[in-house]
Amino acid sequence: MTTADLIGKIVQVAGGLAIFAAVIGLILFIVDKAPKRSRDYFQLAAFIGPALILLVGGLIYPAIRTTSLAFFNRTGDPVGFENFIWAFTQPDAVRTLVNTVIWVVLVPTVSTAIGLAYAVFIDKSRGEKFFKALVFMPMAISFVGAGIIWKFVYDYKSQGRDQIGLLNAVVVAFGGDPVQWLQTGPLNTFLLIAVMVWIQTGFAMVVLSAAIKGVPTEQIEAAQLDGTNAWQRFRNVTIPGIRGSLVVVVTTISIATLKVFDIVRTMTAGNFDTSVVANEMYTQAFRANEPGRGAALAVILFILVLPIVIYNVRVLRSQKEIR
Amino acid sequence: MSVSPVDLPIPKDGKLKGSIELADQGLSKAGRVKRRLTSRRATFAALIIAVLWTTPTFGLLVSSFRPAEAIRETGWWTFFSNPALTLDNYQDVLLSSSQSSPQLGAYFMNSLAIAIPATIFPLVIASMAAYAFAWIKFRGSGWIFIVVFALQIVPLQMALIPLLQVFGTILRPGQEFLHDIIPSIPEQNYLPIWIAHTIFALPLAIFLLHNFITEIPGEVIEAARVDGASHMQVFIRIVLPLALPAIASFAIFQFLWVWNDLLVALIFSGGTQDAAPLTQRLAELTGTRGQDWQRLTAAAFVSLIVPLIVFFGLQRYFVRGLLAGSTKG
Repeated sequence: MTTADLIGKIVQVAGGLAIFAAVIGLILFIVDKAPKRSRDYFQLAAFIGPALILLVGGLIYPAIRTTSLAFFNRTGDPVGFENFIWAFTQPDAVRTLVNTVIWVVLVPTVSTAIGLAYAVFIDKSRGEKFFKALVFMPMAISFVGAGIIWKFVYDYKSQGRDQIGLLNAVVVAFGGDPVQWLQTGPLNTFLLIAVMVWIQTGFAMVVLSAAIKGVPTEQIEAAQLDGTNAWQRFRNVTIPGIRGSLVVVVTTISIATLKVFDIVRTMTAGNFDTSVVANEMYTQAFRANEPGRGAALAVILFILVLPIVIYNVRVLRSQKEIR
Repeated sequence: MSVSPVDLPIPKDGKLKGSIELADQGLSKAGRVKRRLTSRRATFAALIIAVLWTTPTFGLLVSSFRPAEAIRETGWWTFFSNPALTLDNYQDVLLSSSQSSPQLGAYFMNSLAIAIPATIFPLVIASMAAYAFAWIKFRGSGWIFIVVFALQIVPLQMALIPLLQVFGTILRPGQEFLHDIIPSIPEQNYLPIWIAHTIFALPLAIFLLHNFITEIPGEVIEAARVDGASHMQVFIRIVLPLALPAIASFAIFQFLWVWNDLLVALIFSGGTQDAAPLTQRLAELTGTRGQDWQRLTAAAFVSLIVPLIVFFGLQRYFVRGLLAGSTKG
C-alpha cells in the first residue's frame, strides 16, 4: 500500500460521509421550508422516503427477481421447476438440504441448552461478569477468524508425527490413531456445527441470563418455602418465567443458522459432504455459473425461514395491540 | 412475549442482589448448606464450559507469537514447556512488502473504510424512518412497519444476484467516470459495499430504534409540536438526544457485523487491495496458503483485535443492544 493509495482511501471515506451528510441535511432543510399547507406530506416523505427507496430497490425488488430467476436455466430459457427438481433429486444437492436441516435442528437447541445451563450456573456467583465475558467473546469474532481458530483444533498430521491439532493430540495421548476430522463424513458436519454452537452460545447465555434475573424473586422464595429442590424450582418457576426470551433466542439462532455461510466456506468450502444451502447457493450462482440453481436454493432458504417470519409478525401485532 | 425491557434488571442489578442476600439470611441452616453444595457442582460445570470456550482462542493467541517452524511441527501447548517468543509473524503480515506476504495493512484500512460509513449511513436513515413510524401519523403506517420488520428475515442470499446487476448498470459507469476525473480513486471503490450493508441493516435498525423511540413520552413531543416545532426540529432536538443509548448500542452491533462480514464483501468488493476487507483476505489465505500457519495465526489475530477492543470496551452497550432486540422481538 503506497501513501497515495492511503490518501485515496481516506478521501473516499471522507467524501462519502460528506456527500451523505449534505444530502440528508439538504432534504431536512428543504422540508422545513416547504409551503405550510402540504408540509406534513413533505415531512413524511423526507423521513421515510430514503429508507423505503433503499428497501424496495435493495431487498423487495431483488427478492422478486431472484424468485423469477429460479425458473430459468443458465442460458436464460424458462425451465419451469427444473431447478427445484434438481435441488431435491441430485444426491449432492439433497445432501446440502439434509445438512441444513441437521444444522438448524442442532445449533439452536445445543447452544440454547448450554447457554441456559451456564447462565444458571454462574447466576449470582462471584466474578459473574468475567465468566460471562469469556463465553460471550466468540460473538465478537468473525466467522472467518473462528474458522482459523478451529483449524488449530481439527488439524491432522499423519500418524507418528507430532499433532498440532488439539483434538488429535488428545486422541493420540489416549493411545488412539489420529483422525482426518474435516474430511470424514458425516462427522465433519457435526464438527462444523460445534464451531457455530461455540459462537452462538454466548448470545443465548447473555439474553437468558438477563431474563433469569427478571424472574421475580418472590416466586422463587415461595417455591423454596414449599420445600422444592433446585431442579424443581428451575423447571417450574424459572423456565415458565423466561419462556418469552427462550423463544426469541431459539428463533434468532435458527435464522442465523439457516444463513450460515462463512464457517463452511472457510473450513471446508463445502467439500467432503459438508455443504449447506447458503454455501451451495453461492457456489452455484457465483462459481459454477448456474444463477438459476443458486436462485432456486435462495428461494428454498426463504421458504424455510418463512414460518419464523409469520410467527414473529404475529407476536409483533399482538404487541402493537397491547400498546 | 411477556418480558418487556422495563423488567430487565441490568440497571437495577444492585437492588436485586440485595434482596437475594436478605432472602438467604431467612433460610434455615440446612437449606444454606444444600444450596452451597449444588452451587459447587454448578461452579465446576461452569468452569469446564468456560475453559472449553476459551481454549481455542487462547491457542491461536499463543501460536501467533511462536516461530514459524515451531507452529508447523509442534502443538501450541508445548509452548509452556519450551517457550520461544517472536514478533516475526506480525511483522511479516503487516509490514513486509514482499509479493508473497499477505500485506494486511491495505486490507485493514479497507475494513475500517467500509465499516465506519456502513455503520453511520443505516443509523441515520433508520432513525429518521423509525421516528416517522413512531410519531408521524399516516394511513398504512402499521402495515408498512410490519412489512419492514418481515424484511429482516429475507435471506441476504436472495438479494445478492439482482442487487449486483443493479449496481452493474447504475453504479459502475459512475465509478469509472469518477476514476477518470480523480485517478487516485480506484475504479473499484467502497460505494457498492456501503450501499449493500446499509440496505441489509435497515430492517433490523428501523425495528430496534422504533421500539426505543415509541417509548419516549408522548407529552414531550406533543408539547413541542403544539409550540410550533416542525417534525425536523422535534427529531433533532428531542428524539435524537433521547434515543442516543439505543443508537449507540446498535452502532456497536452494526460495526461488528460489518467488520466480520464475508459474504457481502465477497460479492461486492471486487476482491482486490482497492476495496476488499480483512475477512476476505483471511478467507483467501486459508484457502490458498493453508500451510502458512504462522501467517494465518498472526493475520487472524490482527482481524480480531478491533472487534475484541470494541467488544470489551463497550460490552455494556453491546449487551443492552442485544437485549433490546431480543426481548421485544
